Amino acid sequence: MTDPGAAASTAPTQPQVATRRADTRRVAPRPVGAGWRQRLEIAFFVTPALALMALFVVWPVVSAVRMSFYRWKGFGPMDDFIGLDNYRLVLNDDVFRHAVLHNFIIVGLSVLIQLPLGLAIALLLNRRIRGRGLLRTIVFVPYVVAEVIAGVVWYQLLQPESGVIDGLIRSIGLTPPEQGFLGTPSLALGTVFVVLTWKYLGLAILLFLAGLQGVPDELYEAAQLDGASWWQVQRRVAIPLLGPTMRTWAFLSMIGSLQLFDMVWILTGGGPANATTTMATYLITMGTARHNYGIAGAASVLLFVIGFAMAVLYQLFVLRRDNSIER
Amino acid sequence: MLRNRRGRALGLLCAGALMMGAAACGSDDDSSGSSGSTTITWWHNSNNDPGKSYYEQVAKDFEADHPGVKIKISAMAHEDMVDKLDAAFQSGDIPDVYMERGGGELADHVDAGMVRDLSDDAADEIAKIGGSAAGWQIDGKTYALPFSMGVVGFWYNTDLFAQAGITETPTTMDELYADIATLKDAGITPLSVGAGDKWPAAHYWYYTSLRSCPEDVLKDAVTSLDFSDPCFVKAGEVVQDLLATKPFNAGFLTTKAQEGATSASGLLATGKVAMELQGHWEPGVMQGLTDDGNGLGDKTGWFPFPAVDGGAGDPTDALGGGDAWGVSEKAPDVAVDFVKYLLSDEVQKGFASNDMGLPTNPAAGSSVKDPALSGLLTVRDDAPYVQLYFDTAFGTSIGGAMNDEIALLFADQASPQDVVDATQEAADQEK
Repeated sequence: MTDPGAAASTAPTQPQVATRRADTRRVAPRPVGAGWRQRLEIAFFVTPALALMALFVVWPVVSAVRMSFYRWKGFGPMDDFIGLDNYRLVLNDDVFRHAVLHNFIIVGLSVLIQLPLGLAIALLLNRRIRGRGLLRTIVFVPYVVAEVIAGVVWYQLLQPESGVIDGLIRSIGLTPPEQGFLGTPSLALGTVFVVLTWKYLGLAILLFLAGLQGVPDELYEAAQLDGASWWQVQRRVAIPLLGPTMRTWAFLSMIGSLQLFDMVWILTGGGPANATTTMATYLITMGTARHNYGIAGAASVLLFVIGFAMAVLYQLFVLRRDNSIER
Repeated sequence: MLRNRRGRALGLLCAGALMMGAAACGSDDDSSGSSGSTTITWWHNSNNDPGKSYYEQVAKDFEADHPGVKIKISAMAHEDMVDKLDAAFQSGDIPDVYMERGGGELADHVDAGMVRDLSDDAADEIAKIGGSAAGWQIDGKTYALPFSMGVVGFWYNTDLFAQAGITETPTTMDELYADIATLKDAGITPLSVGAGDKWPAAHYWYYTSLRSCPEDVLKDAVTSLDFSDPCFVKAGEVVQDLLATKPFNAGFLTTKAQEGATSASGLLATGKVAMELQGHWEPGVMQGLTDDGNGLGDKTGWFPFPAVDGGAGDPTDALGGGDAWGVSEKAPDVAVDFVKYLLSDEVQKGFASNDMGLPTNPAAGSSVKDPALSGLLTVRDDAPYVQLYFDTAFGTSIGGAMNDEIALLFADQASPQDVVDATQEAADQEK
């Protein structure tokens, strides 16, 4: 991304580079045609990748944008041009607005809950305790399990009455919600988030552990010599140095939360009473179930714009710090 | 076998590719060969025996009678077929003979000029089928020949009814409420509904509309897309009355229709609930959901949707739908002959005796062996009016909006008026 800090720091070396380039051109003039050969070579090696990219990335994106300006049922000629009407419909649709809200709730909860939880477990697992390797593996396993399989397992565990979780709650004398955790509109989103946390906490912990490996031992030793307690060492030394890792994780988590689809689709399908819809489930419902491909196209463009804007803002205001520190 | 009319579409890969316009999921049909031979591509959803081998035999018989004609069969699971048909329609390259569900979906296909008009070529067959063909007729023209038609009603567990001391099936909503109370007193969950998939919940509203509205109001609504008649609001109020008795399985708002033992059909098949409102495919679905492959077996009972107090609809009217054979506009002429052969007395009798569905050719009616199904056939044939499922009749766009709002009604987050308003709003966008 554009980075004023980086540009400023490289500025002084620029003249040098320029002269060197000028030198090479003067000293070693290439025979005519060599430039062409090189370009051909580049074209030869890059074309297949670019063609695939154009076919599977650029063309679908372009046609989704095109679709969003038409009223189209999914077959026949696409000729009913309606301008921005689809966008108006999507933005006025309560279901879509709630879906955006749900996405942002998940983004917020991830940072508020998964970050401290992941950090705490990573700090614990960074200590020399017995069975550390095993514990690290166990924590990471959910992340490796296929999303669909994890979703189906949780769906069955969360069944009202017959499910394992309701049984456990009942066996300790509490009453589970009458319609089950996934069937009660006020609980469904929270339940989905718990499952997501179970699934993705492993990644956060793994990243944080990796980040902790980068903290030099000398710093710990120095802090201990100064009489710092374990807590103080973590708070004043380890966590601040983990900053870049945490910011990177938060970025990945944010993008993942905005695009959230599979787990919701399996656990609730967006229900009950649209309590767990996300932008992605909305556009799938509109497209493949209702055959309103124009509306689905508009929703997918909005999803892209929201995701892109969030990513750019994050780069500008949060990751920028890391980039300028490194240089 | 009887297959579920629809299900959660899982072909997301294919669908995703579709959404993005890179439709790589098309068909490979080659309509005519070079040496005077003709190939007909045929997609159907009887992918289990005996249906699968029966259809293979039917194709062989037809090939024997028509030298030079070859039939290329693709037997797929229902959901796969629906996804693939969507993709095929998008690419404009559809199979020569395929399953068409009628209503608004067919109207769209006809608008796009992809379906062949069979009115003249198959006039005899259409006359034989009679009123059942109505769902596949647009402006007096018939675009597909229904080969199986069923009606929706309450499937129930006769053992559980006996256990609760219920001897007669309910004929009015009040009697149904009384039975619900009796079942609950006996510690039995009265009803299951797969409201997570929405359409099973929507069937309740469709039926209360059918019982509340005069026939001509309904017929008119399908063409004029006008839902202002107060009977539609009343339909929602009746659903609310039913919901007030809290008759449904726990967690019904996210329960799936027919996938696995915890689905609405699974709960009925395993004796966890006493009743479920479902279509004619239910026995077949339940067989697939039990280990012994019998479903409810001889405990299976069926009764029609009860009458609504003060409703203007005829209590013997039924909600139903079915599957028809459509022919692609690009298909060779002999494909029409093949579809006519599929509707012949001979093939329909075989279809019925293999319990593959409820035949539309009256000559085959007596060949249905399954007692529950033959009872259903009587109800269907005696019904003065069979209303096609609303969501099919109105098309996916209006039907989807309608079903979503009815699901909200079930969650107590929409009023009967909201259901009408949401439907009207979606309908106005179509006008």
